Amino acid sequence: MLPSLGYGILVITLLVIIYSVAVAIYGEVKKSAAMVESARRAMLLALPLITAASAILIYLLVNDRYEVEYVWSVTNRSMPMYLKITAWWGGQPGSLLFWSFLLSTFTSAVTLRKWDRDRELLPWVLVVTGVTLAFFISLNVFFENPFKLVPAGVSIPLDGRGLNPLLRHPGMIIHPPAQYLGFVAFTIPFAFAIASLITGRTDDRWIRITRRWTLWAWLFLSLGLVLGMRWAYDVLGWGGYWGWDPVEIAALMPWLTGTAFLHSVMIQEKRGMLKHWNMILIILTFDLVIFGTFLTRSGVLSSVHAFAQSEIGPLFFTFIGFIFFASFGLLTKRWADLKAETEMKSMLSKEALFLLNNLLFLSLLVISFWGVIFPLLSELFTGSKVSVGPPFYERATGPIWGALMLLMGVAPLSAWGISTFKTLGRSIWKPALASLIAPIWAISVGITNWVALIGFTLIGLVIAVTIREFWRGASARSRKSGENFFTELQKLIKRDRRRYGGYIIHISMVLMGIGIIGIELFQSDTQQHLGIGDQVELAGYTVQYDRLDQFRHEDGRFITRGEMSLSKDGKYLGTLAPRFDLYPDGQPMTIPAVRSTLVDDVYIILVNWEGITAESTPFKVYHNPLVKWVWIGGYVFIAGIIIAAWKDEEKEKI
Amino acid sequence: MKKFNILLLLIILLSLFSIGTVAAQGGTDEISDDEVNAIASQLFCPVCENTPLDVCETQACKQWRELIRLKLSEGSTEAEIKEYFVANYGARVLSEPPREGFSLLVYFVPPAIILAGIVILFRAFKQWQVNDDDEADAPTAEAPLDGAQASPTSTSGTNDPKDDDYLARFEEQLRKKD
Repeated sequence: MLPSLGYGILVITLLVIIYSVAVAIYGEVKKSAAMVESARRAMLLALPLITAASAILIYLLVNDRYEVEYVWSVTNRSMPMYLKITAWWGGQPGSLLFWSFLLSTFTSAVTLRKWDRDRELLPWVLVVTGVTLAFFISLNVFFENPFKLVPAGVSIPLDGRGLNPLLRHPGMIIHPPAQYLGFVAFTIPFAFAIASLITGRTDDRWIRITRRWTLWAWLFLSLGLVLGMRWAYDVLGWGGYWGWDPVEIAALMPWLTGTAFLHSVMIQEKRGMLKHWNMILIILTFDLVIFGTFLTRSGVLSSVHAFAQSEIGPLFFTFIGFIFFASFGLLTKRWADLKAETEMKSMLSKEALFLLNNLLFLSLLVISFWGVIFPLLSELFTGSKVSVGPPFYERATGPIWGALMLLMGVAPLSAWGISTFKTLGRSIWKPALASLIAPIWAISVGITNWVALIGFTLIGLVIAVTIREFWRGASARSRKSGENFFTELQKLIKRDRRRYGGYIIHISMVLMGIGIIGIELFQSDTQQHLGIGDQVELAGYTVQYDRLDQFRHEDGRFITRGEMSLSKDGKYLGTLAPRFDLYPDGQPMTIPAVRSTLVDDVYIILVNWEGITAESTPFKVYHNPLVKWVWIGGYVFIAGIIIAAWKDEEKEKI
Repeated sequence: MKKFNILLLLIILLSLFSIGTVAAQGGTDEISDDEVNAIASQLFCPVCENTPLDVCETQACKQWRELIRLKLSEGSTEAEIKEYFVANYGARVLSEPPREGFSLLVYFVPPAIILAGIVILFRAFKQWQVNDDDEADAPTAEAPLDGAQASPTSTSGTNDPKDDDYLARFEEQLRKKD
């Protein structure tokens, strides 16, 4: 009864949304405010409906209702309650519903805002969000029904299959929601952009309305990426955090255009320029969001992540094509109207550097996109499959990341309108000098890798320039006002949170850069078969194999656990216990043991697939210098963006 | 006695030969996991998706790694082993497409597109410059915080701006923002 109710609610939701879209268009064409209002209310109605459907699904998941196929496929009796709830997004049908739930929430929030100044945009915002919502709900209704029952005649299973053990890590619990939040939230700025294009507006109103949406969408997109990296590092057991896997790239691509967009809109707000760019960037971002969802769902480019092959692939493809051509068609129509209000005078001005920023991010996008679809093209045109792996991406994107870091160091110092080498030179020579501390120190500790040296110098530059920005503002004010430096610093940040929060985010990015340089350029590893008592040496550390335990856990897992003692230069540092869990359904999990400091990580796994006995246990030991800075950067990033997104002290007149 | 000596000599000679062959076969024990992984990490599993050969957990991959070990013990070089895998399993086992034929496109298309983008932008920029020369307008640039020269009308900036000057501009910018 309950599953049928859930399905029925989804069908009603679809009808309600179709009504909303149709009446919004009709009301706009007929200039009927009443009809548009009805459309708005209908869209609002979608939220409680989808919430009810989702609540029913969660109820079924938590209560072991295995007559529902989805419940059987992602839960089992031994799973704790919180995991049963997160199983909502543990499989394809449920995660599509989750997507719809989030979109409906955001759409409702937007629908409830004061529309007085922007009445003309409302119907089109409803149409864009409505069409997207209708698409996702129809996927559930027609193809991937989360409430589908096991076939008639088949007896109800006694226990479920259970969530893939890889998904039972805390990181995996927040990674999909964070990623989806980021994806889905970009729908709102996109909807307003399209509404602007349709209504022929050429101002930056749509940007200012959706400024916070963009910020929060970007926050969650970035968070999703960092959490994904952390989860890969903790759980996937290959000592790394990013493999340039197609689905990783699928999540990276909207982030690239999203970051460019985030910066580029500032230019439109301040100088009325880059209007075409901003439209292009938000259209691309939204398209890439759907494309990313498509890559994960369709199995066209299978990877570690991909769900099984499914019929919804071609549907996604069609939807993306429709969005792409409709959006760019609209943009072409309005192209001439979006002329810049001022001109770009100097190639080193802030506007020009932001333009360069757009170019660099788009270059990263071109490389990523081409690399990710090339295997498909190769198979299509030559019949033979090729792989595009990390060496390609690292070599192609490395210099561009470097250029972006340089830009982070230079752009804060450039002026609106005109900057020259002379003027920039005057502002930059001191921080540039200070940044030389980084390579000098690096050389003094024996680092000769020139890529690392350049990288550290650029990182030093960004930190020096950014700290200088805080310092100069606060110290000048405190000198004038006589107040304490730190009080003035606080006031400074409060007066322009977007700028100073942004600077903190820049610092967080280069902190992550420190970690990435460390692990990418200086990682070392060794794999050896050890007997009890044997030792392994790596990067100055000594790992001794002390014992091996094998036992069955109460939840059915068969656990193999090794114990190693770690020491350096004779000094005992601690015990590490890498583990191999074999779940009752045969799914394995390799869990590394890690000792992490600011300087480096020692990371040990049991190489279970090589066969484990007490006499000859295969271990792989990794030495990952500086990798902790990636996570530290992640924390600073969150702080930075919260500051940036917080409402400024003075009331904003939007 | 002579026959015995000959027999003894034969036995010794035979043993010497067999030591030679046994020594040749004992090689795989000396190839470490790290040497195998150094090559395996540059290859993808021929059957799984996007999984490097050194971390792939399947039995098939385990056998492929042992194959690498065997080849190394027989003296094959890294290039020869990679060629072997490509010949048997296709170009997909390499972590990058080979630089020939259709696959050349993967290396040339991105730089071409990026270069095209730069050219287009440059042309557009030059266009603005041309338009600007035709118009007589003064730039309404905000002064940068450093007080360094920002517009043709201001005096040349001082090397190290006075804080008051800096502060005045700074406050003005914040005021403008409100």
